[in-house]
Amino acid sequence: MAFGPHLLLATLEGLVTAAVLALTALGLSLVFGVMRIVNVAHGEFFMLGAVLAWAVATTLGAHPAIGFVAALVVAPLVVGAIALLSERLVLRRLNYDPEATIVATIGLLYIIQQLALSLYGPEARPVTPPFNYRVLLPWFGYSGYKLSIIAASGLLLVATWLVLTRTKIGLVMRATQYDREMAQAFAIPVERVYAGVFALGAMLAAFAAVLIVPISQAHYLMGQDPLLLSFIVVIIGGLGSLRGTVLAALIIGLSDGIVSMFFSPTLAKLIATLVVAMVLVFRPQGLFGTVAR
Amino acid sequence: MTGKGRFFDLTNGKASRRTVLKGLAAGAGLAAAPGFVRYAQAQSSAPIKIGFQAHRTGIGAAYGRWYERTTAAAVKAINAAGGINGRPIEIVVEDDGTDAARGAEVVAKLANQHKVDIVYGTLFSNVVVGSAPTAGELKIPYYVVSEGYHVASGKLNRYVFQPGITDVRAQVTSVAPWIAANAGKKVTMIFPDYAFGYDHRDYLPPALQKAGAEVVAKIAIPPTESSFTKYFPQIPSETDAIYHVMVGPAVLTFVKELGDFYGSSGPKLFGFIDSLEAVDINSPGLEYLDGSHFWEGSPRYAQADDTEAQKAYRAAVGIDDNGAAVADAKDVSTAAHMFGCWETLYVIKKAMEDAGYTGPGDRAKLVEATEALTEFAEGPEHPQGKKLFNGKIHQCFGHQNISKLEGGKLKVVHKTTIEDGMYEPEADYTKQSL
Repeated sequence: MAFGPHLLLATLEGLVTAAVLALTALGLSLVFGVMRIVNVAHGEFFMLGAVLAWAVATTLGAHPAIGFVAALVVAPLVVGAIALLSERLVLRRLNYDPEATIVATIGLLYIIQQLALSLYGPEARPVTPPFNYRVLLPWFGYSGYKLSIIAASGLLLVATWLVLTRTKIGLVMRATQYDREMAQAFAIPVERVYAGVFALGAMLAAFAAVLIVPISQAHYLMGQDPLLLSFIVVIIGGLGSLRGTVLAALIIGLSDGIVSMFFSPTLAKLIATLVVAMVLVFRPQGLFGTVAR
Repeated sequence: MTGKGRFFDLTNGKASRRTVLKGLAAGAGLAAAPGFVRYAQAQSSAPIKIGFQAHRTGIGAAYGRWYERTTAAAVKAINAAGGINGRPIEIVVEDDGTDAARGAEVVAKLANQHKVDIVYGTLFSNVVVGSAPTAGELKIPYYVVSEGYHVASGKLNRYVFQPGITDVRAQVTSVAPWIAANAGKKVTMIFPDYAFGYDHRDYLPPALQKAGAEVVAKIAIPPTESSFTKYFPQIPSETDAIYHVMVGPAVLTFVKELGDFYGSSGPKLFGFIDSLEAVDINSPGLEYLDGSHFWEGSPRYAQADDTEAQKAYRAAVGIDDNGAAVADAKDVSTAAHMFGCWETLYVIKKAMEDAGYTGPGDRAKLVEATEALTEFAEGPEHPQGKKLFNGKIHQCFGHQNISKLEGGKLKVVHKTTIEDGMYEPEADYTKQSL
């Protein structure tokens, strides 16, 4: 294959990775930014989203598009509810202590993963894409659905940004992130904000998973890679920064797509890890992070 | 507000350090806790305990579940017919998590705590390779159903056997002439980047060359990969046929992306069913495989010429004509491999009876008796077909099936002979001391 088309294919693949990664990492970043909690179970919320998407699409059994759209609505809501429940039952009881919550979310990770294994099983199960359209380029064909992932992810990112910057909910969240005590003094129900943010973070991951599941099947171990990559993205972009997260997801996604296509996937992973190390050394707060007060 | 530097500093907390220690202690306790230990009576009627190293969790869990079902069915049949030397079989299952390190621990635990007579059952090559040294050290016979070439290669030890399923080298060697004659002369290989894939990488090219074809590209894919389009530009445009072996949950993605990439104008496909074991062949996204060919150890779909033994075996294990669980049509079996569990248990029975096995003191005799076996006749004990056994390399050789996917079913179109897969043995375990 000639260089031009080869690069185009690499870029398309990178953009799809970046689109899904941006949503997942944004959830992780929001939770950390506002609650100061490192949610190790984030990848499992991603996995739950995919598994539930399969469950919803299979139960409905209607036209694939209807099943998919239903999954897109139902799966994030259910995952959000589960996140809310674990926030109430676990995180709140630990007073959001950063260290205790790391251990607690590790526990949550195993509980969710093993429950998925027991209730859903060890198989990888597919969800039919809402549409099958093959974009025919002169050099190769490409999945139209994959292109729509990029668009859907972009739309949701813009929506999240609007909520954060233009609405009262966003204002309250930002106030809590900026200074918890002061926010509380101004009668902001901090605990409710925390609960909401934790649920929202999980929902973003679940949404990303529903988008990806028609091209990469639901499997009970699928949460591990997204968790790792999200951490990488969040560290590079700066914890709690939406802009940074999206940009870092683009960098990691594109470099992964291009490097792994022209060289090797192992080298792509090496580079991503190296970038993380460099960022931690030279700019520990990340590209767009602010120094913690 | 809490300082940023503290977040990952576990030594800094007040209550949390205690929590961490407690957690660690609890975790260590769980990991070390002895299983349900029973003290077997040294009576002649006491059951023969077979330790089953099963992939209950981890990447091999779908295989593990069917290996357990097949094992249970075979044990039921053997016990109903009087057991081994009049003693019933008792299976002790331990989960290895499809993990090599855990696998070795499981072998030790089965041997030392459960006091099993032998260990049996593993599939994934990394677990076999990781566990074999422990079996050798403990001098406990270890019968695997893995199909990797590692047993026959001589790299393991005298206590490891693979008497129920043909190894990859023989499988590949026997199907290569068919590929050269029917799929194409220029073949691109796509295989997983670890031991199992290397068996294919190393033994297909010479076998194809002998048949007048060649491998034009070898594409190794990391086992954790979830997206494949990025590898497709490496497939040379002169490729006639793509030979694909993938193990892992991402196979549907692989097929879907291949379809998107090539459309209807791509090379022919020849695959090892390993990737699609426990996967419904009519899953959305697999349409692109229609008309392509697969290797199958034992056919998933009931065939028109199935023997009575094959029919009885399928009924005993509980799979329908489509190779899915009788109770749940969506629960697709790992038919191409799990027959190996059934057949291995019958080999164990035969070897134990030949050796006059009475207890762990006779393990050396059992090894020698297994090595003395040469042939297993087709029948209820070996429903997949006749096998030859080479005691020097501890490996059996059987017929292989090539099936075409059409009309949503896999139909066997070619059956290789046992001789097609034979190769010059490279090892002799019988020279090792017991």
